[in-house]
Parts: sequence; structure tokens; C-alpha cells
Amino acid sequence: MAPDGTARPALSTRPAIKGRSPGVSSLERLARRRSSIAFLMTLPLILVIAGLVAYPAAWAIYLSTLNRRMTANIGFENYLILLDSETFRMIIWQSCFFALTAVFLKALIGFWLAHMLHNIPTKGQRKWRGMLLIPWVIPPALSTLGWWWMFDPSYSSINWIINVFGFPSIPWLGTPWWARIAVITVNVWYGAPFFMIMYLAALKSVPEQLYEAAAIDGATSWQRLRFITLPMMQNIISITVLFSLIVTFANYDIVRVLTNGGPRDTTHLFATYAFQVGILSANLPRGAAVSLFMLPILAVAAYFILRGVTRRTKEIA
Amino acid sequence: MADAAANRDFPRAYTKAGSLHSERLWALRVSYVSLAIASLIFLAPPFYMLITSLKTNTEMADQTLSPWLVRDPTLEHYAAILGNPIFLTFFRNSIVVTLLVVAITMVISVLAAFALSRMRFWGSQALATGVFLTYLVPDTLLFIPLYQIVGGLGLLNSIWGLVLVYPTLTVPFCTWIMIGYFASIPKELDEAALIDGATWPQMLIKIFIPVALPGIIAATIFAFTVSWAAFVYPTAFITRPDQMPLTIGIVSQLVRGDTFAWGQIMSGALIAALPPVIVYVFLMDYYIAGLTAGATKG
Repeated sequence: MAPDGTARPALSTRPAIKGRSPGVSSLERLARRRSSIAFLMTLPLILVIAGLVAYPAAWAIYLSTLNRRMTANIGFENYLILLDSETFRMIIWQSCFFALTAVFLKALIGFWLAHMLHNIPTKGQRKWRGMLLIPWVIPPALSTLGWWWMFDPSYSSINWIINVFGFPSIPWLGTPWWARIAVITVNVWYGAPFFMIMYLAALKSVPEQLYEAAAIDGATSWQRLRFITLPMMQNIISITVLFSLIVTFANYDIVRVLTNGGPRDTTHLFATYAFQVGILSANLPRGAAVSLFMLPILAVAAYFILRGVTRRTKEIA
Repeated sequence: MADAAANRDFPRAYTKAGSLHSERLWALRVSYVSLAIASLIFLAPPFYMLITSLKTNTEMADQTLSPWLVRDPTLEHYAAILGNPIFLTFFRNSIVVTLLVVAITMVISVLAAFALSRMRFWGSQALATGVFLTYLVPDTLLFIPLYQIVGGLGLLNSIWGLVLVYPTLTVPFCTWIMIGYFASIPKELDEAALIDGATWPQMLIKIFIPVALPGIIAATIFAFTVSWAAFVYPTAFITRPDQMPLTIGIVSQLVRGDTFAWGQIMSGALIAALPPVIVYVFLMDYYIAGLTAGATKG
């Protein structure tokens, strides 16, 4: 990234702004013009960020302290009511369970597939990679419709395969635990290709000489993985995992289409429950409070992602 | 590695040479088997959607047949869905919103990325970080306050409300990867241009955009796929069928009551998924570059 670019030409830095002697007046004008042009160029971006992200985020915090009809400020009452309810405590647990399990499985499968892709001759990689990324390309709301039909109680094509192997049918979306597994399955199916692509890019950036040196030293494949691949990929792995953690915690469409929170609210996540409470039950303040429960997790993840990205930028530069 | 180096043992290396070959062969077999199984699982849902969309309703209801095969394929569901005026409205809405959002996004992010990567000014560093942080704020955190804001502007139940809020999904990431692409352009190039008397807008149009074209294509693809697939905002803001884009339109309007028209739902979903898939098939390298750019370039 440029903003921390170290080698700036001397021409364009501070002396030009500070200099007041007539000799540098043209430079000064250039600088002044430059920064005003630059500001104009970033103005739309600033408007989008300030008006459509920062302001709404702050507004959400304020909103969550109001009562249902938004006539009085009730402090943390919304949060307390939520924490007091059995359903919401279960939703906190379910959101964490969903996100952690799904991200773990996505990372594992993605890592495995990236390795397998990296193993085969370069010529064939393109074809396989092209096929394996398909789940990521289809809009999740639409592909989840396909999964929904595959999980259908009476026409389930997955149960058909299970029956062929002699096992009894599974009530996929009918019981809490199977529904949770179904939701996680779809999320893993959708997200694993992304991990695969990220890891593949990271694998390709590990210098071949390191492996050659290791081969000469007689390193086993486990040692190569442990002492070369993993340390070299560490940063990308953590960035991808944290990023996916944010997205998975905030997931909405899969649960909305597949179970809509059911059976008996057991598959609700923060996002779907916030929608239910805020929009469908028309209690915007409490809905805002529900979605703000995501904030601490997001903030922690964002902090570490930013650190990882900055570090990586410095490595590249 | 240090251990391995310490245990270096030449005679053993020679006997290992034979096994190394077979080990590699074995690893190759494992790779192909894993990839084949993964492809099978990854492609099963879209394949099943396709199979379903080609079945007649009677065949779909017949539980004695394998659900994974189609005996006499028919295009009746496609004909029905494409003859359904409301589906065509969804499609038109999706196209209008997506094109507008892509255009808005690219203008905003290319301009901003150019300024942020080349013209340092007060707060530019903080702003670049802010852009990245904004990208990490999920739409599910913002849709409730935005619901009020969009409602306050009178844009609920209108595609213009979507055009207004979709940039929150696309602009931060596109700006971020464009900053990365612009930063990778050698500084000598713009110095040369400055010496030749080029103005900043000339520099952007004549040097940066052509040189960073792969990045611009990648960012455009990203903006396109994200706005095409957006689901949270339309679900929250749109309840009138004639203003719905495809995603929520199919999910809310075709799925009704207890008897689902599965053939139509699947054919509609496949048609709706087609544009991003086509873009992916033809511009795969740019697509993947855009995906990985967030973490590897940045």
C-alpha cells in the first residue's frame, strides 16, 4: 500500500508546504493545488464512509438505547432484556458455535484442497480450481435454495443417497441439531473454496528454493509443512480466518433461506434474529441491540486483521 | 530444518531416492482423489438444481425414481419463469441496480485510490486505514440504522434506496484493492509525467488507469458480483414485488405457501445465478486476482 510508501520524491513533501520564500512559490502552489485536488477526489469516498457506514453505526448505538416507540431513552434496558431471555442466550451460543465450527471446517478443508491443488502439475490446476470455486461464485441466497430442496423432508435427494447405503433418512431441517448441522454444512460448502483460493495464492508465494534446500537436507513432507509452509503462510492464514470469522458471524442469507431460524429459534444467528426483532416485529431499537452484540467480536477480529495486513504490507515492500 | 540438516546422512539419502519417487506418485494419487471427491460435493447442489429444473412435476413427485437423474427433460419451467412478468421485473431491477452501483463504485474508488496512493495529504493515511476497517463492518450490523435512514429519505420499497446503500458493500473493498494496484505502479512513471507537464487528472487517465487496468477489471467484477448477490439490504428495505431484485424476489415471491413450484424456483435461481457465473468463467483470472488482492496486495 502506498500511504506508508517510504521513498517519496523530495519534491512533493513538507518543505514545499512550509516554504514561504518567493523561490518556492510555484512549488507551494502545486502542493496546495495537489492537496485540494486530492481532497476533492476522496470526497465521494469520505461521504460514503461517513454517511453510510460511520453515521449509521453510531446511530445504531444510540438507537439501541431507546424504547420500542423511540420516544424515551432507556439506557441499557434493551441489552438487559435480551440477556435475560433464554432464547437470546441460546442465540449467542448458537452464533458462536456456528461461526467457530464453520470457520474451522472451512479453514481445514480449504487448506487441504489448496495443498492437493498445489501438488498436481500446474497444467491441470486451472481446470480443478475453476470447478472448485463454483460454490463461491453462485449468490449464496440462490444456491441455498438448491440446498433447501436437497434437505426437503419428503423429497430429500441427500436422504435418497443415504438410503441407498442402507441408513435411515435424516430429518435435516426438522430437529434442532440436524438443522444446525445443515446450516453449517451449507456455510462450509459456500466458504471453503474461498479459503482454498487464499491458501493456494499463499502456497504459490513460498519460494521454491526453501523446499529444495529442505529436500537436500532430507526433510520429510511433515517437516516441510511444519517448518516452511506453515510459517510462510502464517499471516495469510490468520487474515483469512479472522476475515471469515467476521463474515460468518454476520451471516444472514443461508439461515434466512434454509431454516428462517427454526425449528423453535434454534438456528437463529445474531443477524437473522436482529432482522426478526427489528424489522419483522418492528422493534428497531432492540433489533439494533441484537446486531450490536456482534460488535465486540468484530472489533477484536478487525484489530488483528489490520495488524496482519500491515505486517504483510511491510514484508512485501 | 536445522534438525534435518544436523542429521544429514548421505547413504540413507541414496536409499531414499527410490521411495521418494513412489512417495510422490502416491501423493499425486491422493491429490487427484481428494480433488475429485471435493468437486463432486461442491458441484452437487448446482447440478441437482439443474436436474430439478429440467424435470416435469410428475417426475419430481415420483419417489421411486432416483432424484439425481432426469428421464425426459423438459424446458417447461424455464418457459414458465421467463414468461412470468414479475420475474422479468426482478431481472430488470437487478440489472439497473447492479450497473448503477458498479459505475458509482468504480468512479468513487478509482478517484479515491489514486488520491490516497499518490497524493499524500493530511489524514490520508488514517483514511486508508478507515477504508479497510469499513470493509470489515458487515451489512447485518448496518441494516437497522440504514432502514431508518433510507426510510427517512422516503426510499424504502424503491430500487433507488438500494442504489444508495449498496456502495457500502462495494466501495471500501474496491478502493482498498485499487490502492494496492496503484501503489504497485513505479513512481518513476508519474515523475516522468510530471516533468512532461502532465496534470493530475491527465496522469490518472493516461497512465494510472491503463496501467492498472487488470486491477480495475478485478474491482469491477467484485462490485458486480457483490451487488448482484446482495441479500440483506433488499430483504430489509423492499417488500413491494415490483421493486425487488432477483435474489429476494425469487426467495420471497416464488416460495409461497406449502406447495412449492420447485421446478420454477430452481430454473429461476439458475437463471439468476448465470450472470456472475458467466463473468467468472470468462474472466476467471481477474476474478481470482480480485479475491486474493485484499490480503496479498493491499
